[in-house]
Amino acid sequence: MVLLLPLFILLGLLLKSTPLIEIKSITDLLFSSDWHPTRSQFGFLPFILSSVYVSLIGLCIMLPLGIFPAIYLTQFASSKFLSVMRSVIDVLAGIPSVIHGIWGVLIIVPLVGDFLAPVFGKDTAGYTILAGGIVLSVSVIPFVLNMLLEVFRTIPIELKEASLSLGTTYWETIKKVVLKKALPGIVAAYALGLSRAFGETIAVLMVVGNVAQIPSGVFEPGYPLSALIANNYGEMLSIPMYDAALMFAALLLFVVVFVFNLLARFVISKTEVL
Amino acid sequence: MASKKQIEEVFFKWLSASFTYGLVALLLFIIYEIFLKGIPALSWQMLTDVPQGGFYFGKEGGILNAIVGSFYLAVGASSLAFCISLPMALFLNIVLVKYKSVQNTFRFILDLLWGIPPIVYGAFGFAIMISIGLQTSLLAGIITVTFLISPIMIRSMDEVIRNIPPGLLEAGYSLGATRFEVSFKIFFKQALPGIVTAFLLGFGKGIGDTASVLFTAGFTDYVPESLMEPAATLPLAIFFQLSSPIPEVKARAYAAAVVLIVIILFVSILSRVIAHRFSKNIIK
Repeated sequence: MVLLLPLFILLGLLLKSTPLIEIKSITDLLFSSDWHPTRSQFGFLPFILSSVYVSLIGLCIMLPLGIFPAIYLTQFASSKFLSVMRSVIDVLAGIPSVIHGIWGVLIIVPLVGDFLAPVFGKDTAGYTILAGGIVLSVSVIPFVLNMLLEVFRTIPIELKEASLSLGTTYWETIKKVVLKKALPGIVAAYALGLSRAFGETIAVLMVVGNVAQIPSGVFEPGYPLSALIANNYGEMLSIPMYDAALMFAALLLFVVVFVFNLLARFVISKTEVL
Repeated sequence: MASKKQIEEVFFKWLSASFTYGLVALLLFIIYEIFLKGIPALSWQMLTDVPQGGFYFGKEGGILNAIVGSFYLAVGASSLAFCISLPMALFLNIVLVKYKSVQNTFRFILDLLWGIPPIVYGAFGFAIMISIGLQTSLLAGIITVTFLISPIMIRSMDEVIRNIPPGLLEAGYSLGATRFEVSFKIFFKQALPGIVTAFLLGFGKGIGDTASVLFTAGFTDYVPESLMEPAATLPLAIFFQLSSPIPEVKARAYAAAVVLIVIILFVSILSRVIAHRFSKNIIK
């Protein structure tokens, strides 16, 4: 029963969005930027691009914030410190994203609006793609770090010993042996993190500004797909085709996340065999 | 005279150490900041009153509606998910023990389900609600959150049960135990700490999730009295009230955030303590 759930979700969302797909072609929906629900014009491009930008900014911030602590904890730190930190990370991973959202509103939005934007000569209140990306990375990072720790744990100790016995320093071993061996796992962990970032809703919704336009820079407001669904459920039954459009947005999210997960799990399963 | 590679070694060691401490400091700073804003807003009235004069405009009252609503929702959903998860995790590891590829497919699908964003579950739950004619209600919220947390619960129970030595299974069978007895009398006891942890993990996820209850559980100023009434939840109380221009209403959002963090931290520390306590009775 639970096994069929992905299929049910897919079918359910597809069924609900068919009225829209029937009258508009998929390419039209995906690559048009006319968003006027009252005139039955549904172009998802601004939302898709916002989602992509926010997730990519999040990913860029997550890259160093995930990999360096993972290296430190598994390679340099004592095993006692690692086990303490493991608990701490687990607890922090449980903090709901709405909390990160408040923190974003309190700290990140003013930071972006009052400090970062003037440095680059931009004028904004701070509710931007950049703020969305920062908050996103903070809310996804414990999840990614957890997976990275797992990845580094599976590296056989003999490999490191062999390398160290050849007279390398720790860092050289890490750089040339550990990272190389762990690469597929690292890629998979970040792919899963990226898919989580893509679907993250509340934390991003609270700081990203929610203006339906194609964002032209990181200091512009955006409107990711997940935020679109969350913001408009109230009026979706009062405008024709609107509910189908929102279900189509959910379908898009589902498909993207599904594909990313599929790829990442595939990479993981391949590495475990080796 | 330090050589180039020794300098590189020291540099990267310090770099990765500072990233580690920086990250932990950042994450703790988030909690600190919320507490800083929320603790002054907490009062007895805040915890024991429902909002007066509308949750968005009324200045009086507290967040009892959200506390009780969240509690009902999370208890309901995690109990329901538990009833699904325990048999499935045991089935996966006892009945399917010989079929490795089926097991792996099973785990793969559960991992996929875990990765699906809550908002998609929310939209899906909403689609189901419309098609069976259910209003936004506590019941709809419980069903949606059950969908959301079941994969997490099954998977974390599964991780514990699969590490039970297979010798126990064989020993049980050789004494003439049925599969049912092996499942519930041996494996269940053996995995108990892990099962409790999995339950609490699901509970924590259920109580903290916003996106999935947004469409399904609705929001109300009152404490729900039946399954068919809409229910307020803490994350939604935060989300809705934070955008208010009225400081008193905003204070309610901060207070709700503190309550939510305290519940989540309590649950997650409790699960660690329980796992530690119970692990004495386990055959290693």
